[in-house]
Amino acid sequence: MMATDETNRSVAIHIEDLCRHYHMGESLIRAVDGVSLEIKAGEFVALLGASGSGKSSLLNLVAGLDRPTSGRVVVEGHDLADLSREQLAKYRLHTVGMVFQSFNLVASMSLLENVELPLRFAEVDRRQRHGLVTKALDRVGLGARVHHRPAELSGGEQQRASLARALINQPRILLADEPTGNLDSRTGTEIMNFIREFNESPGMTVVMVTHERTLAERYAKRMIFLADGKLVDDEPNPTTEMAVSPGEAQ
Amino acid sequence: MKRYDVTELALRNLRESLLRNSLTTIGISVGVASLVAMLALGIGLQQLAGRRLEKSGLFDTVVVTSRRDLRSFGHEQEQNGPSPAESPSLTETARQKFQELPNVSEAYPDIRFITELRYQDKPHLTMVSGLPFSAKNNEAFEGQQGRFFSSDSAAEVILQKAFAEELLGRKQNAGDEISVAELAKPLLGSELTMRYAERTSTPETAQPASGKAGAEAAAGASYSVVSHEQKLTIVGVCDLDPDSMRGQMRARLFIPLKLALTLHVMQPSEWRDTTNLAGGTPTYTTVEVRVKSPKYVPAVEDAIKKMGFNTFSIVDATKNLRQFFAVLDLFLGIFGSLALAVASIGIVNTLVMAILERRREIGIMKAVGASDADVRGLFFAEAGAMGIFGGALGVALGWTIGRVINFGTNVYLKRQHFPPEQIWSVPWWLVIGAIVFSIVVSLLSGLYPAGRAAKLDPVQALRYE
Repeated sequence: MMATDETNRSVAIHIEDLCRHYHMGESLIRAVDGVSLEIKAGEFVALLGASGSGKSSLLNLVAGLDRPTSGRVVVEGHDLADLSREQLAKYRLHTVGMVFQSFNLVASMSLLENVELPLRFAEVDRRQRHGLVTKALDRVGLGARVHHRPAELSGGEQQRASLARALINQPRILLADEPTGNLDSRTGTEIMNFIREFNESPGMTVVMVTHERTLAERYAKRMIFLADGKLVDDEPNPTTEMAVSPGEAQ
Repeated sequence: MKRYDVTELALRNLRESLLRNSLTTIGISVGVASLVAMLALGIGLQQLAGRRLEKSGLFDTVVVTSRRDLRSFGHEQEQNGPSPAESPSLTETARQKFQELPNVSEAYPDIRFITELRYQDKPHLTMVSGLPFSAKNNEAFEGQQGRFFSSDSAAEVILQKAFAEELLGRKQNAGDEISVAELAKPLLGSELTMRYAERTSTPETAQPASGKAGAEAAAGASYSVVSHEQKLTIVGVCDLDPDSMRGQMRARLFIPLKLALTLHVMQPSEWRDTTNLAGGTPTYTTVEVRVKSPKYVPAVEDAIKKMGFNTFSIVDATKNLRQFFAVLDLFLGIFGSLALAVASIGIVNTLVMAILERRREIGIMKAVGASDADVRGLFFAEAGAMGIFGGALGVALGWTIGRVINFGTNVYLKRQHFPPEQIWSVPWWLVIGAIVFSIVVSLLSGLYPAGRAAKLDPVQALRYE
């Protein structure tokens, strides 16, 4: 029954022979080198690999932050190569949400202002904004810290605020680049539980970059391995399959 | 991003680097202040010159003489129109006709005569002139001591400084100038006795004549000249010469025009017209016609010439004056703008520094959905806000500098015994223009930094520490 569900799901991300090469002096760096894969809507995919394997470069290409040297990234039927800079900005605003290892909150802004930022770019009416931001911060347990600046918060709190910001415009895809990389294991687990919650509850597609296999095995439903910019393995996560199955059965 | 969001974020960013942005804004304000100061000085001087010219009456006055007066202005005109002998006399009827011409504000006879005046029983000979009441606004009376005539026919007199010196028997030595105030003190309120020759008609010529009998009567027209005295109270002493237009025939003593007319002082033109006239009607040597604006002078002159009189006016020099001040303002504006040009480099520098500092922030904004236009707009708004604040502050600063210079100038003028002057003018269009110019310069300065920020590669920007 589960297999039928998987096949019926629409394709969220289609990557075809994707390359991203950089010139560094005389040498050519093949950050992403001929990767092809498909991610279905609602999937939780972990991109695994050692440092420099091309995980973050691939994520940036999917996020529309970078343009490929060759190949295609098609997200929800739209080839990102066909989008103008303005259209790509709209895509980042509405279709994908991003979470970074270093949180990337604007230091001079309060949590409220940080989370409100995407709403400003989406031209949401200012009267609605405050309610939306408070709700999002409440959901990640930061309702009482809205006026604090990032420097006044712990790493875990900052990452939760970053999650609230990524999800404020209700994107369909969450891209997380080493979201627990700067956190201790307890706070990391807390963040991962939030991400899993978003994957399960609104059925958001999650693509997470990590180099921790144990973390991937615990949360992702599918693990994709990269090495030297190439896709070396793509396998479903049996651990999660088993963990989820009993729940679904109930 | 909506405009109010751009504005809010821009102001927020400016507050974050308060010291640096304030210094840049002060730089702009100094630039704007220098521009405002220079142009306000140019405009003020232009207005001052305009006021002076207007008050001098040089460019809005037509002097009318009879063609019968062979010593008057414009002999070449005699070639056209009636010959001097056939041309009309400058009578009261003619004056009234001039007064009725379109765009004429007033036409008054020029009454002047050389006569004897006694002050403390000592005789003095000088030229006396009748002044119309409208001469009250003449620039010569701005710095006068005492006051203007209380009415148009009051037995009062205003002295020119040189005549006041003569009355007091004080001679000016080089480098030792006697002030008007010093001269006026003993003279104001004291009396002068003026002796003059009054023309009175004899009974036979009092009735207008007609036909052949009338012509005979006119040929036999006669009048008497009687010596009279008139007591006059000195009410004012003026430094400048209110009579500057008439060159060498300058009067040094002024009485109200209506008083001068009622005295019927024998005029040179009446000797001339004795054989011609006109039933004992008094004639004037010259009539001054004041026109509402210098631009109407040629039309009024033409109309008067058609009546058979000679006219004289000074060609409108205000046009050349305006041209001169336009060039002066341009140069002052260029010099003033130099400081603003330097300030604009400050804006570029501040914003480029802001891009370097906020590189990561720009990357974050792009990652969460900011478009190039959003980022560009934000930097543009920051530049514009600095322009608005700098412009407003600059105008206030420029205005203050102007007030201080004006004050300093007036202190100097006062020490030199000159009346105070407004050499400074900040019209509303200069205020708005300076602020708009400041915004435009700031936006132009923000063009490059904003473009650079918008084109920033988000991946590179996010890696920046």
